[in-house]
Amino acid sequence: MDWITIISTTVKAAIGVETVWYALAAIGINIHFGYTGLLNFGQSAFLAVAGYGLAVTVTVLGLPFWVGIGVGLLSAVLLALLLGIPTLRLRADYLAIVTIAAAEIVRLVFRSVAFKDVFGGSDGRRGFSDGFYAMNPFSPGTYGFGWLSFNERVLWVLVVGWALVALSCLIVFLLMKSPWGRVLKAIREDEDAVRALGKNVFSYKMQSLILGGVIGCLGGFIYGLAYASVQPDIFGTETTFFAYTIVILGGAARVFGPVVGSMIFWVLLVLVNGVLSGAVESGLITFMDSTQVGPFRYLLVGLGLILLLVYRPQGVFGDKREMAIDAR
Amino acid sequence: MHAETTATERKAAALAAFKDLARDPGVPKPDPILVVDNVVRRFGGLTAVEVEHVEVQRGSITALIGPNGAGKTTFFNQLTGFDTADSGQWTFNGRSMNGVPAHKVARAGMVRTFQLTKALSKLTVLENMRLGAQGQKGESFWRALLPAFWKGQEDAITERADELLTRFKLDAKRGDFAGSLSGGQRKLLEMARALMVEPELVMLDEPMAGVNPALTQSLLGHVKDLREQGMTVLFVEHDMDMVRDISDWVIVMAQGHVIAEGPPETIMSDERVIDAYLGAHHDAPLSESELEEQLHEAEAALEAEIEEETQK
Repeated sequence: MDWITIISTTVKAAIGVETVWYALAAIGINIHFGYTGLLNFGQSAFLAVAGYGLAVTVTVLGLPFWVGIGVGLLSAVLLALLLGIPTLRLRADYLAIVTIAAAEIVRLVFRSVAFKDVFGGSDGRRGFSDGFYAMNPFSPGTYGFGWLSFNERVLWVLVVGWALVALSCLIVFLLMKSPWGRVLKAIREDEDAVRALGKNVFSYKMQSLILGGVIGCLGGFIYGLAYASVQPDIFGTETTFFAYTIVILGGAARVFGPVVGSMIFWVLLVLVNGVLSGAVESGLITFMDSTQVGPFRYLLVGLGLILLLVYRPQGVFGDKREMAIDAR
Repeated sequence: MHAETTATERKAAALAAFKDLARDPGVPKPDPILVVDNVVRRFGGLTAVEVEHVEVQRGSITALIGPNGAGKTTFFNQLTGFDTADSGQWTFNGRSMNGVPAHKVARAGMVRTFQLTKALSKLTVLENMRLGAQGQKGESFWRALLPAFWKGQEDAITERADELLTRFKLDAKRGDFAGSLSGGQRKLLEMARALMVEPELVMLDEPMAGVNPALTQSLLGHVKDLREQGMTVLFVEHDMDMVRDISDWVIVMAQGHVIAEGPPETIMSDERVIDAYLGAHHDAPLSESELEEQLHEAEAALEAEIEEETQK
């Protein structure tokens, strides 16, 4: 087995592009679900409208990169309003049903044959990231040392991505220790009690939905820019469910929970993949071939998550005392 | 000493206001803070609430009693905006309140608690209290990002919260999760939190439900305290001892209607109230043999009467 490759891909995964954009999506989920108690199962739609907002503005309309970013952000806000106005007055589980349906509608519209001229059908859109790489301050070459090195494009994406993650964490940190965050957490516990204390619960839920959606949509930008393309099926329901897994793994309602959760999630996936593939190639494992490794690693990760929920339900950063209250 | 004199004064003032009032449902009060007219709420075919007219006197403790299913809590929900009435209107301090959403009702100074206590479990006791304060600058999104905007106000709120916690003997628990409190302590916390709103009218939905007798006395004291501080209290309660002990006036509901009003000392001997609680035929015979016994008695009495007549 090639341990150097396995270790290098694993370490790269810890800070890689996947980790970044899933961390951003998960920070959004953490605001929705962890702090406000909103079961938003349509997070992938926020990433999709942002990614496609940028892609379509630049490639189809021929407008500059920053206009595309503006369109993407605006679409995320509009999507939050569109989702929230009819559903936020209802009980939490209705929001879950509506958001998962809305996310599928968004994905199917981007995928549809009717709008192929605009959204590019199942192939998606490409060729909109030039404006981003034109701003790259790193000259062409390889950065890093030994096996831990990136080319200038990946480095630029990672620098911007981690800066966005840091900024999002800072915003979440500041907000959640403020009275604004206190109202959110109180809504999670019991919204009628909050109403009885003179707070406009609907407005706060809407603000939470917009904030989490906008932070999540940054993940859509990072994906689109890193791969210089967007495809509809990237933004399917499993993206949302991975993000939920990451939030629970890291510990819900914790500032750094989603970031660490995302790192652990991708490290585990890549490591298991590397070790299994290596073992299959060198003949240590004979009961499956290399194409079965991919699905099998998800199976193992799922098993790991079940064990985590049984033995450490609060996640990495969670507070055991809080969990004890729920158990009553 | 001064506190005691005002205490008795407030109680006396409240009682004086009720002194010459008729015992009819919907009787007008000298200085009503809450006036309700024709509030109706139907759930399908069931009319849960149908209150024609009722007034709540300012500065008093008014009890709302009635058998199970009388519509007391539903009536509370209508008044506080947690449920929409099918028709009717009500004014609080002269301001029309029908159709006003719950959070605006609370801001107007009409704050309620719940029958099933709603402590915010995963917030600390102190955070529960701070949440009650109104007009917080740090509750707006953009200002929340800069602590400088709200730090001063937060300190003032914390000071007020600590005072209330000390009064309610919860100061030792201020850093604990509200979810770790006992049932009675949660009731105390909910009441204290409601006071953070600085209400004029406090509406307590069964404040004594599930509270152990030792704590009941302290809760009773706190409710009386509210009146002493110039607040008006309207509360739903089943425990008649408590109603007699603290209320100045009692409103009785049954099957959605207000059926009687009166002072707590006499209300339970009111015919209409006894009928509502025990049924109109509560002194009717329960069994065949009892019925026969009563018939025999009646017959005997008749015969005696007839005999008397014939002997004349």
